[in-house]
Amino acid sequence: MKKVQFKSNYSQYLFLAPQLGILLIFLYWPIIQTFKDAFTIQDAFGISTQFAGIDNFLFIFDDPAYLTAFKFTIIYSFVITLITGAIGLLLAVQANKVIHGKSAYKTLLIWPYAIAPAVVGVMANYFFSERFGLLYHLFNDMWGFNWYESVYDAYIYVIVAGSWKQISANFIFFLAGLQAIQVSVIEASMIDCKSSFRRFWTITFPLLMPTTFFLIIINITYAFFDTFGIIDTTTIGAPSGETRTLVYKAYMDGFRGLDLGSAGAQSIMMMLIVLFITIFQFRYIEGKIHYN
Amino acid sequence: MNRLFTSNLSHLILFVGISIMIIPVWMIFASSTHTSSFINTHGLQFFLGDSFQENYLRVLMYQGGFFKEITALKMFLNSFIMATGVALLSVVTSLMAAYALVYYRTKYATFLFWLIFITILVPLELRIFPTYSVMAKLNLVNSYFGLIVPISASAIATLFFRQFYRTVPDELLESAKLDGASTWRFFIDFLVPLSRTMIVAMFIFMFVFGYNQYLWPLLVTSSEQYWTVVMGLKMMSGSIVHRFAFVIMSMVPPILIIIILQKHFIKGVFQDK
Repeated sequence: MKKVQFKSNYSQYLFLAPQLGILLIFLYWPIIQTFKDAFTIQDAFGISTQFAGIDNFLFIFDDPAYLTAFKFTIIYSFVITLITGAIGLLLAVQANKVIHGKSAYKTLLIWPYAIAPAVVGVMANYFFSERFGLLYHLFNDMWGFNWYESVYDAYIYVIVAGSWKQISANFIFFLAGLQAIQVSVIEASMIDCKSSFRRFWTITFPLLMPTTFFLIIINITYAFFDTFGIIDTTTIGAPSGETRTLVYKAYMDGFRGLDLGSAGAQSIMMMLIVLFITIFQFRYIEGKIHYN
Repeated sequence: MNRLFTSNLSHLILFVGISIMIIPVWMIFASSTHTSSFINTHGLQFFLGDSFQENYLRVLMYQGGFFKEITALKMFLNSFIMATGVALLSVVTSLMAAYALVYYRTKYATFLFWLIFITILVPLELRIFPTYSVMAKLNLVNSYFGLIVPISASAIATLFFRQFYRTVPDELLESAKLDGASTWRFFIDFLVPLSRTMIVAMFIFMFVFGYNQYLWPLLVTSSEQYWTVVMGLKMMSGSIVHRFAFVIMSMVPPILIIIILQKHFIKGVFQDK
């Protein structure tokens, strides 16, 4: 913290008021409502509410569709993190290496970051539709690809759609991480180790660990929450709910099924997952990585 | 020879990467300049056709058969209002909140810090129905206010501004205090101009974030008058080339902003150079 500060007086609350006010009304109030929903059951007409204890939570764990969505979300975030991280790192390393055209490459790879997931989904739709989808027909010729029926083909569809734009974010962050590594470190390592491949994995990559773990969190959050627009514009959960993420299922249960108790319980489960990942990040990983 | 090879290999890999990004968008664009009957018989196209003007003008202006109550032009206006509102509101409130957190000595510092930053763990998707019911209670459904404010309830920019303020040398405040600057003067005359790059970066970040919202506008607007571009993609009907054209147009504003302002964006987010 700063050594020189202003004394606490009413004016600090004037500075805090706008943000705190918005957070209290549009964030804390709904969160409290979420907890209320999660521990109560409403009758079908929404007239009477009854305290339900942890019934809503027991109910979601008894629901095979919830476990399917849970499994898919874990697979989805793992695969997206791996694919976009690997490709982003590969491209960033190359862009950091070239002498000519570095900034042009940066510009040509940064723009997909700005595209909305829902727009990406609509676009992916055209490439995976049975009617004139190039990728649909390419894969169909190769192994009889049909995402309307095969679960694994549907996985491929939403993974391709979900990874595409996220490569861009991984590229930007890895490139910034690479550029932050001091030249002297790399030069010193060149004397000790001739193989550039080994040099990368023993010197550069460990130095990139802070970036890598930051990106893991970013990618998991993306796969959890931002992919709603992608699922909703591509498979809509096809073949039969196997490609629904947890957020998508909670939305469906709350909106289509009007089951706010279940939606609330599912939201709280997701909050716990996010909290767990964050604590894991701070407690376990932060202590084990190298900083420059 | 070896060096020439590895350098060319780098360019080749980057070229493949860029192609993966550009080709899908290009093909949708190229296809959007043909006629629907041509696309329906020949599939997606790689080369431009000659219906560009006709298709794009129709999507932007046509009211009635294509959209029932709203033109794409109005959706762009709505998206622009929403994105600008989200960016302005969150940047201004975050700038101020971070100032109070960093530059004031207070007993409740830790409590206030957590009260603000714990919210980063609870994205809108996790509280979407309760947020909707709050908006309904406050009678804010189907309004720009309803589109903007819940999205700007975010402490991400506050986190960045806080990080930035902490790198500002203490001497700045000391000398400002010697000159008799009030807290408000110090904020407006010293800190805000100094934070220019960070302000631009956060503005871009929140603008794109607001523009790209999909789920929230879908829920909070039942009147077509408030539809935004990104949600309109799913709602609209029309022939295939008009959909292509709409997809292409929908991605132009955020991409342009990112490309034009990328220097500020990267500088701010990574605080380098």
